[in-house]
Amino acid sequence: MPKVTFPHVAESYRAFKMLMEDLGNEVILPPRPGRHTLDLGVRHAPEFACFPVKILLGTYLETCPQGVELIITSGGVGPCRAGHYAQLHKKILHSLGYQVDFVVFEPPRLYPLDFLHNIRRLNPHRLSYRSIYECIRRAWRKLQALDDLEKLSHRIRPREIKRGETTRTYRKVLAWIDQAYTWREIEDASISARQAMFSIPQDPYRLIPRVGIVGEIYVLLEPASNLEIEETLGHLGVEVERSMFLTGWTRDNTWTETTEGLTVKDAALPYLPELLGGHGRDSIGNTILYAKRGFDGVIQLAPFTCIPEIVARTILPRVSRDYNIPVLTFFLDEQTGKAGTATRLEAFVDLLKRRKSKQVGSDGIEGLSWHRRRIGKY
Amino acid sequence: MTVRLGIPAALLYYLHYPAWHSFFSALGVEVVTSGETTRDILDLGIREALADACVPVKVYFGHVMALREKVDYLFIPRMVCTNGETTYCPKFLGMPDMIRHSLTDLPPIIDVRLDVREGWTARWQACRQAGRALGADAWTINRAFFKALAAERCHHRLLQAGYQPPEAIKIIVHGRGGRRTGPKADPPGDLVFAVLGYPYAVHDRYISVGLLPKLRKMGVRVLTAENLPYKALMRQNLDFDKRLFWTYSDLCIRATEYIFKKGGVDGIIHLTAFGCGPDSLLDKFMEMKARKQRSIPFMSLTIDEQSGEAGMVTRLEAFVDMVRRKKGAAKGA
Repeated sequence: MPKVTFPHVAESYRAFKMLMEDLGNEVILPPRPGRHTLDLGVRHAPEFACFPVKILLGTYLETCPQGVELIITSGGVGPCRAGHYAQLHKKILHSLGYQVDFVVFEPPRLYPLDFLHNIRRLNPHRLSYRSIYECIRRAWRKLQALDDLEKLSHRIRPREIKRGETTRTYRKVLAWIDQAYTWREIEDASISARQAMFSIPQDPYRLIPRVGIVGEIYVLLEPASNLEIEETLGHLGVEVERSMFLTGWTRDNTWTETTEGLTVKDAALPYLPELLGGHGRDSIGNTILYAKRGFDGVIQLAPFTCIPEIVARTILPRVSRDYNIPVLTFFLDEQTGKAGTATRLEAFVDLLKRRKSKQVGSDGIEGLSWHRRRIGKY
Repeated sequence: MTVRLGIPAALLYYLHYPAWHSFFSALGVEVVTSGETTRDILDLGIREALADACVPVKVYFGHVMALREKVDYLFIPRMVCTNGETTYCPKFLGMPDMIRHSLTDLPPIIDVRLDVREGWTARWQACRQAGRALGADAWTINRAFFKALAAERCHHRLLQAGYQPPEAIKIIVHGRGGRRTGPKADPPGDLVFAVLGYPYAVHDRYISVGLLPKLRKMGVRVLTAENLPYKALMRQNLDFDKRLFWTYSDLCIRATEYIFKKGGVDGIIHLTAFGCGPDSLLDKFMEMKARKQRSIPFMSLTIDEQSGEAGMVTRLEAFVDMVRRKKGAAKGA
């Protein structure tokens, strides 16, 4: 059985592992990126390469000594650098003496034959296309269940009464989803996981600002790369909505564009009519949509030197002024510290809460007259 | 009073200015450029542009700021693709939007989009759009279009004959047309270096800290990617799974391969700007290539807005001495 591995993107490895094992590969699980991963990546990656390159290279360098033969990753058709990562990683790994091969999935809309060819390479069990389809469908369902749970955790975390309970429950129910194998099992696990999440005691009367998160896909999806920003924000009492999930992105880029994707494109049109590759235009479009939906603020996450996000960041102050929505940008790299980020986040959240309580009037404490403030507190 | 059109002298200027100049002059428009980069221009750019952008982009912002008050229109084209396969850096694609949404009090911007993948009339369409924006009639635009094509061919020929873009621009724009100019006489020098990098970094004397004149002073003849035979470069066989997406990076990596194959060059210097996105990959690929074939010494120089003269000179001198010794040793043996 060929030993395969793939990049670590949040919890999605659970679904990919199942799919790859169904097709008859031995999966070497990528570890969660940590300090050690980064050190390895930074040592061998180009200095100005963006953050995801370094993390991915570090992940590969951690798994390659375990005898990986194939690395599965995604491609791209530019002009974002991500499309060349597989090629760069291959050259670097070869120069370090690891004879690994890459299976690069390009958008099947453009290269349908390549897609089928790649599937065949990953199919040592020689399953028929029909059963491969069934396997993919199951993995997809699992991925959806994982994404749903994550969305739910973002909603519940700011309202939890006992701090940290959401994260604990979330960890517990992830294991249920992980163990589910058949379609029925996945459905059942998904339902009971949702019930478990909903049974977390919540405080419905809190003043909760809503923040949208936009930016580059990898730092958005992988909590280890963005210093668990969603969790930090949740504990600060902010409901987070992320603009991108793996299932949504995959659908937009493999099959046909969803109406959601098209709306984002239309929204960004007055500011950035050109497709820059990466997610520059999505960042702008999503910021506008969040503003229209009445969100209190937007946080942009981008790797250092990411070109499309730099363009977006140059335009965002104008969007922020036009739509009256505060935008905070984080450029992340291996030097970013958690404490500094937390301080900036706290200040930003304070600002949002103040703004919100002023807008809300009767709901917030500051909107009350002085003699009623104490009542509001009780 | 004629209309004054400003063209910032940065980024695409070095390879496309002659064509733009002929086109707009033929429309009866007075073309104004912002001239060479100076400390003031760079300072203006640093103040206006995002801190994370690369130096050339900051310089471009500076040039726009310098032109802002002097002209009636600004020409900031959106060049997407000119050869049918590769596109320009994403920052170029978003340049008109970045300028429009982050600077204030700007004259109207003419941002024509050029993407030759859209059809064989794309160039003509783009010119027509630009001409219309300035209120020219169809006949004038057509004539101007052919003049622009001629100027572009002339520019290309001069570059292939060994001139550097600023010299070629001077000959075409200020001289007696480039038609009669013969191949460039080789300046004295015992070494030949290839300085690879993007034209807007290599040929901008301010941000490259005068790299080319300094090399000439040390007795080094300089070749740039624009001087190498273009057709041979495009036919160059690369051991890449995927062609680099960006036009200038693609040209550079092809030039590197070409030089390693053909030889005749004593050293390669790669000039890159701090924080340049495409260069992070390109530099690594070039370095790997140089490491594999040890025949030609390779050095990569990073510039940013704080580059000092002294540091640059020291590194250059060391590199030149090293190459000279190596060459002498090879000859002596």
